[in-house]
Amino acid sequence: MTCAAPISAGSAETLARGLGWFSIALGALELAAPRTLADTLGMKDREHLIAGYGAREIATGVGILAASDPAPWIWARVGGDVLDFGTLAAGLSTENPRRGSVFVALATVMTVAGLDVFCAQSLAMNRRVAGQRPRQDYSRRSGWPQPPAAMRGAARDFDVPRDMRTPDALRPYPPN
Amino acid sequence: MRALVWHGKHDIRCDTVPDPAIEQPRDAIVKVTACAICGSDLHLYDGFMPGMKNGDIMGHEFMGEVVEVGSENHRLKKGDRVVVPFTIICGECDQCKRGYFSVCERSNRNKEMADKVFGHATAGLFGYTHLTGGYPGGQAEYVRVPCADASAVKIPDGLTDEQVLFLGDIFPTGWQAAVQCDIEPTDTVAIWGAGPVGQFAIRSAVLLGAKQVVAIDHVPERLDMARAGGAITINFDEESVLERLKELTHGKGPEKCIDAVGLEAHATRSIDSLYDRAKQAVMLETDRPHVLREMMYVCRPAGTLSVPGVYGGLLDKIPFGAFMNKGLTMRTGQTHVNRWTDDLLRRIQEGQIDPSFVITHRVGLEEGPGMYKTFRDKQDGCIKVVLRP
Repeated sequence: MTCAAPISAGSAETLARGLGWFSIALGALELAAPRTLADTLGMKDREHLIAGYGAREIATGVGILAASDPAPWIWARVGGDVLDFGTLAAGLSTENPRRGSVFVALATVMTVAGLDVFCAQSLAMNRRVAGQRPRQDYSRRSGWPQPPAAMRGAARDFDVPRDMRTPDALRPYPPN
Repeated sequence: MRALVWHGKHDIRCDTVPDPAIEQPRDAIVKVTACAICGSDLHLYDGFMPGMKNGDIMGHEFMGEVVEVGSENHRLKKGDRVVVPFTIICGECDQCKRGYFSVCERSNRNKEMADKVFGHATAGLFGYTHLTGGYPGGQAEYVRVPCADASAVKIPDGLTDEQVLFLGDIFPTGWQAAVQCDIEPTDTVAIWGAGPVGQFAIRSAVLLGAKQVVAIDHVPERLDMARAGGAITINFDEESVLERLKELTHGKGPEKCIDAVGLEAHATRSIDSLYDRAKQAVMLETDRPHVLREMMYVCRPAGTLSVPGVYGGLLDKIPFGAFMNKGLTMRTGQTHVNRWTDDLLRRIQEGQIDPSFVITHRVGLEEGPGMYKTFRDKQDGCIKVVLRP
């Protein structure tokens, strides 16, 4: 899926945070009730796998919320979506009496995967735009009337207040 | 009047709000001619400081012209040009008399709340949560200044707004950070963070005669500005801070360390910061104290740590063993602004320093909300934003 319309960096970050919390909530549900979920999907032999996916969701959710650049973690979610899709697809067999639930779950995974890809691309685009701005040159902004070497010690006339002085015992030994 | 108003995390708007009025006899109303976005405003923007309410007016760095004074304010008069320190002080309590203005005992009108959170209340601050009094801030067209007769600094003719605006916060904050180090001519002073406070800490340490000043950051423009001020720079994206500091001090470590970063240390450049960010995300920790940990580890035994960087709550995994066993001294606190303003104003008048070097962006008030994001993300070479209401 390609990014149909770029969104602002702030909106992309908000979406990422939303996906992070969604990830943690879904992961907690998968860890807390893998049997119920497996029963609902007619995949009783996949309880442990669902619990493992729950741990993965929580890890990526925390990663998204913790990172200053959540894009890699959103891409990790996309990878997880592919795994979820593959696992659910195996449950579409005609022998599964819960095929309907599996279809609903697949549709949900596809929708969320679309959001994940959109978010990851938006974050990357905004980062690229920010990175293309020219670097400002502040190498002459000293604030001094003279070069720094000439200003060193210019305020030695300042009397450090008594409460902020280093105790005498901690001062350097005087030069010999 | 128009003002920048906090509506929630990452939600600051330029709203129309009621004009302020004189409430106490020592008050003054100041028409703001220039104000700035401070690094500590970002802690409110990012939602890390508790105690903000929807509708609070932002800003604690501002100056302007007195347009009205209370009946008992005999020090100021209409038309005076003033810089207003971010700390609100009574000038009469025990702490004020000792020069500890940032812990004024009378100016915080939410004392009970602050007592519960910090044990004892600190001074009232403009635009900086209800823990510090819930006073409307200075990113506005007009501000009510409580106890203005004690705090406002009169500005003589001949100096521009941009030369003196930072006397209200970041210049004295950088200065106090360096003064607290009681710098010797043999000292290496390492400064974490080359944002606005870090830039003034660098220049203060140079003025006070440090042998070498080392600035640690990773934003190229900030490192350029730090070098311009006389600092050796360490880009923590490119080299090990610990190894480079050891190399610069012949293995002994810097005698003096300044934390000009505070609670929002970069979240992804070290394992401990990632750990902090994860705990913050699930609300198990409030601050990211990476810089404090690094300073305690790298500082020379019997050295001094100075912490102007703002912290808000609970910190985890502090290497207090290193701090205690190395016999380090730590000096902290919000800035006692009025303790330094006369001296710093004189240095500006004498041309020893021109604080306007740090300004990188100048915009109108209505562009303020966008500039919060630009400043937070360090985009467009943004180091210091000045707003003209």
